[in-house]
Amino acid sequence: MSWVPAHSGWLAGALMLWLVLWAASVMLARREGRGVRLVVPVLFGLSLLVLWEGIVRAWAVAPVILPAPSVIAAKIAASGPVLWQDFAQTILKGAVPGFLIGAGAAFAVAILIDRSPFLQRGLLPVGNFVAALPIVGLAPILVMWFGFDWQSKAAVVVVMVFFPMLVNIVAGLQASERMQRDLMATWGASYLQTLLRLRLPAAMPFVFNGLKIASTLALIGAIVAEFFGSPIYGMGFRISTEVGRLGLDMVWAEIAVAALAGSVFYGLIALIERGVTFWHPSQRK
Amino acid sequence: MKDTISQNQPVIEAKGLNLVFQTADGPVQALKDVNLTVAKGDFVSFIGPSGCGKTTFLRAIAALEHPTSGTLTVNGMSPDEARRKRAYGYVFQAAGLYPWRTIRGNIKLPLEIMGFSKADQEERVQRVLELVELKGFGKKFPWQLSGGMQQRASIARALAFDADILLMDEPFGALDEIVRDRLNEEVLKLWARTGKTIGFVTHSIPEAVYLSTKIVVMSPRPGRITDVIDSPLPKERPLDIRDSREFIEIAHRVREGLRAGHHED
Repeated sequence: MSWVPAHSGWLAGALMLWLVLWAASVMLARREGRGVRLVVPVLFGLSLLVLWEGIVRAWAVAPVILPAPSVIAAKIAASGPVLWQDFAQTILKGAVPGFLIGAGAAFAVAILIDRSPFLQRGLLPVGNFVAALPIVGLAPILVMWFGFDWQSKAAVVVVMVFFPMLVNIVAGLQASERMQRDLMATWGASYLQTLLRLRLPAAMPFVFNGLKIASTLALIGAIVAEFFGSPIYGMGFRISTEVGRLGLDMVWAEIAVAALAGSVFYGLIALIERGVTFWHPSQRK
Repeated sequence: MKDTISQNQPVIEAKGLNLVFQTADGPVQALKDVNLTVAKGDFVSFIGPSGCGKTTFLRAIAALEHPTSGTLTVNGMSPDEARRKRAYGYVFQAAGLYPWRTIRGNIKLPLEIMGFSKADQEERVQRVLELVELKGFGKKFPWQLSGGMQQRASIARALAFDADILLMDEPFGALDEIVRDRLNEEVLKLWARTGKTIGFVTHSIPEAVYLSTKIVVMSPRPGRITDVIDSPLPKERPLDIRDSREFIEIAHRVREGLRAGHHED
């Protein structure tokens, strides 16, 4: 490979198209409106893909180093069933159940230890310790315990998600102001009434912060855990074996699916957050 | 009626009340030997510099603080019992409205907690919204209203369940003079209409004199009562009563009381 492009026509064309798309997104970004907010990032992303394509073709970059977007797209189109099977195994069976169980358990434990200063002081430091354990150490152990299938992946996700969620919910439960609690007291409100009508709503911004962090952790956990043993499908499995076979286009296809799934997951949580914590200064319109 | 029995009984009675806070720097005497009797329908102001215990005393009446010694009764009961019987509405210095509830939802909150029926809740919310002139704002969220309107909403919330005693802790301290004058007038009207017993903490002399039938002057370190003034002003009080000779005389006496408290430091 030399620094002089082998196919300069590709480069020139790609650069032109990139400039046009870029200029269009800059112009659109100045405008207001809902549609514009959607179109600008799409255009900008598209312009980056075009540039990527042009550079790869112009310099004839080896597919093992960086496949062109068109090659990745073709691979995605050709291997739909395989990608779907991997997605179902890793995301639907590993990440999502693990995320739900971990977050749910953290919620229950947070409510349980809320009234016990002893448990808060005793459990949270232990929790921080467990949360600091590296996943590459934890995953093989959990695979030994729960087997090669999705159960061990969900278990890894539960462990990764649980403590960040717990810390956030415990902090959130203490987020209500003293005056707001005093008001509840003057009305003779019970513990449960105060919890449901004041402390839980006040905790929601913290809870959603935790959920957003947990959503990325869940994805990482489910994929990486498959490196340590899995059935012959799953996104992590596919990535590690295809790297070994130099099938980098398939690796990139899996990465594209993972990125898309992660964005949808995160976006879904952000959307629910906007509905639930519309009152918070960061969400007000 | 039940009123005839309780008519002569004091609503709030404190005898030899002491309250000591344990802090990191050692004990702090917030209230020392406080004696006070408040009759039904009184408008009592507590005035004094910060640290004189006026807020602490109000909080003790509402059972948010607990005296170290002495006796304190509310409607002949302990403050805790009175709280369980929902004897007071409390208005804090900030409105303290819950941002996730509308104004209507905020006023409804104590009613939900106290188990009023749905129809009764609606009817009461409507009535107090009119009382504080916030009709038509029920569907707004607190952060969509001005500070003065928020404070009016918090007063409406304290009135919704018809407690006999309204405790207000510097409710207009954070508002500007013009809004404050208006709200002072409204509180007086409200008091005349409802006949509630009101405890009102302030550090504004004109506010205390304008509003009260009884002014309690307090001084700090340790927090104690230095003077109790029964106001000779009529119940009907237009804003310009503040230029009358009587008003100025009472204000003068309050100022003297505050100054005397400071000399003892």
